[in-house]
Amino acid sequence: MLDPDSGLSLTIARIVQRLKGSSLHSQLERQARVSLHKPEIKLESLKEDIKDFLKTSGWEKKLQNAVYSELNVFPSPCHPAAPPEHMKEPLAYMRKAQGSWEKRILKSLNSMCTELGIPLAQKRPVSEQKELLNKWNEMGTDEPDLSLFRPVYAPKDFLEVLMNLRNPNYENGEQPSFRNHLGLIQVPLKVKDIPELKEDFSELGLNIGQLGIDDSAQVPPEFFENEHVRVGQKVLAEQDSAAAQQYVRQGCPTALRADLWALILNISNQPEDILYYEQLKSNVIQHNLLVDSLIYKDVKLTASNDDYYFVFEDYLYQVLLCFSRDTSVLEHFTYSSATPPKSYIRGKLGMEEYAVFYPPNGVIPFHGFSMYVAPLCFLYHEPSKLYQIFREMYVRFFFRLHSISSHPSGIVSLCLLFETLLQTHLPQLFYHLREIGAQPLRISFKWMVRAFSGYLATDQLLLLWDRILGYNSLEILAVLAAAVFAFRAVNLMEVTSLAAAEVRISFVWRRLK
Amino acid sequence: MSGAAGPGPPVGPGRSPLPCAPRPAAALQLSGGTEPARPGVAVIDLRFPRGAAADVQEIVFKNFYTAFLSVRVQRPGPSGSRRWVTCLRDLCLMPCPHTEQGAQDYFSLHRHQMLCDMDQVTAVRFILRQPSPVWLHFTIEELQIFPAGQKSPQKDFPSWLSQLTPPEQPASLHGELPDPEKVSTEVQQMWVLTEVIRARQAAARIGRFDVSPTTPLAGLQPRRITGGASWRGYS
Repeated sequence: MLDPDSGLSLTIARIVQRLKGSSLHSQLERQARVSLHKPEIKLESLKEDIKDFLKTSGWEKKLQNAVYSELNVFPSPCHPAAPPEHMKEPLAYMRKAQGSWEKRILKSLNSMCTELGIPLAQKRPVSEQKELLNKWNEMGTDEPDLSLFRPVYAPKDFLEVLMNLRNPNYENGEQPSFRNHLGLIQVPLKVKDIPELKEDFSELGLNIGQLGIDDSAQVPPEFFENEHVRVGQKVLAEQDSAAAQQYVRQGCPTALRADLWALILNISNQPEDILYYEQLKSNVIQHNLLVDSLIYKDVKLTASNDDYYFVFEDYLYQVLLCFSRDTSVLEHFTYSSATPPKSYIRGKLGMEEYAVFYPPNGVIPFHGFSMYVAPLCFLYHEPSKLYQIFREMYVRFFFRLHSISSHPSGIVSLCLLFETLLQTHLPQLFYHLREIGAQPLRISFKWMVRAFSGYLATDQLLLLWDRILGYNSLEILAVLAAAVFAFRAVNLMEVTSLAAAEVRISFVWRRLK
Repeated sequence: MSGAAGPGPPVGPGRSPLPCAPRPAAALQLSGGTEPARPGVAVIDLRFPRGAAADVQEIVFKNFYTAFLSVRVQRPGPSGSRRWVTCLRDLCLMPCPHTEQGAQDYFSLHRHQMLCDMDQVTAVRFILRQPSPVWLHFTIEELQIFPAGQKSPQKDFPSWLSQLTPPEQPASLHGELPDPEKVSTEVQQMWVLTEVIRARQAAARIGRFDVSPTTPLAGLQPRRITGGASWRGYS
């Protein structure tokens, strides 16, 4: 608990520290220097004139967008006495659980490595480099032998870990009592109830127009759609991140979505960003990582088999292979409960000077990871912009879906929110499913971990992700999962086993697609 | 060194906590009870060594599943004898005592938040309450008491934040040119500022190429763009 004043000063200092020396800073300086040639800048009121110039030319707005982006991504500063791991995750037992989960993943990766006899990383021979460069835009045609590789873990393995998560200070008696939760998650995190959700997601109320519903063919466009699109165009013209974030809460018109998302995530595809992507591409060409094979396998197993996303297979390789080598992703570990795995140069085990993060971005892909990228391919066609959008979405949202943390948007809280909503509003269904051994979370977990990618049809998925961006929170995934169960409640009351429940629920995706 | 349990957290430069020896949290017991009950109230007593008295500036601690905290201090009363006064009543540390919110967070209590004066304090009593029965233990840890009169810790502020320059009056141009001496001193100031900026290394990643340090002019540094009317106060 910080004083509000000292908290604000710390936040300001942190943001200034991060923006200082960034390319925006140098651009602002360059613009100011260029403006000196203008007649309206006078020496006596230099500061004020340049400030006015920056305001009218739109550069102040860019700075505001950058500050807003920093505020959204980084959590508020901790108490000065708190150690850095407290910012990652305040609860000690969750940190421990995340640590042991990471150890398990690494053990699995290392054993696969030893079994197959493949090094974690090696330099490609020149001929192979040339070949890869030629085939860069059609890596999907490559058919390497991936039969020996297996994904490091799947969402259901992660669910088992979450089910066994216990607070040692909590009275976890074996007898059923008011202390034990009826669902699979047994940690007492604070989750919102319907009145709180109604307040937080007030723009999703029944009396407010939503794209995807109120722009269907039966509704005359004058009621909502025309005005909403007009406002969207105005927001884009103003180039205001905060306004865009507010706007997409009611859904985003398809034509404006790519630009609005880039505005909210503060991505502007500058020449230096394109150069950075090209540098990552050259890293991919020069070195071969074991993680690359995992990515290949994942893409082949998931996105390539999906009716909507198989056409984007090549884009997925271009984005994910570069993503593994991007060390700027390591920054998000300051506020994530996860820690990047370390590896040592051959022969120098244990010596800190020879330690590197493996993979370079610290993220080991799991089964279904490529589905985070696939829907974005509908919006962006330039690989470097697609890459930046995906990277920003990952370090803001997706990383919370596969790490153990007490954050309200973390997967543990989402699972608990889902189960609580279902118990409170569909108690009969919940009880019935529990009795037949089909705990609802077993069915909905994979939907939430993938943020519904691969389950919802793409246009609806993008509308869902509009709200994730608009509210800067993943809680809507849990609400949607509970709503799907509510939608099929009558049907589900008739099933008598987990397998049958899975089948019945899967009809929803076919109907909604 | 202070600290109810475990080593204390690192202390900022310029601050040192008062030495004290808190006894571990003692739960309140009802007399005549046969088994030790879990009453949900515990007390931590803290006395300064050798009966010393101190002016308390700030109390810092780490919570461990305590829901509400009251603090009483023993200080000299108007008649000269020492008496206990409540300086903090039922501060809520966990907004929802059955859940984990705030359960392991760090807290600071400043003297201006207290109900009474914190001068000449000889003993401090922390009354911890946890009404929820689901927790096995509750206490507060890493307790540190900082005396008054010390510089507040130098958080990672760059020096310019504490040296705000006063607003300057623009020179009047009525009928005469500005004084060349004045203009040259102003230009000199700007030059000094550019040298300072040039000497400072930026921590942010610029990208593949190094941007050559351009010469910033005074008034361009982002600090000057304060929250003006156009900011609209987005949270």
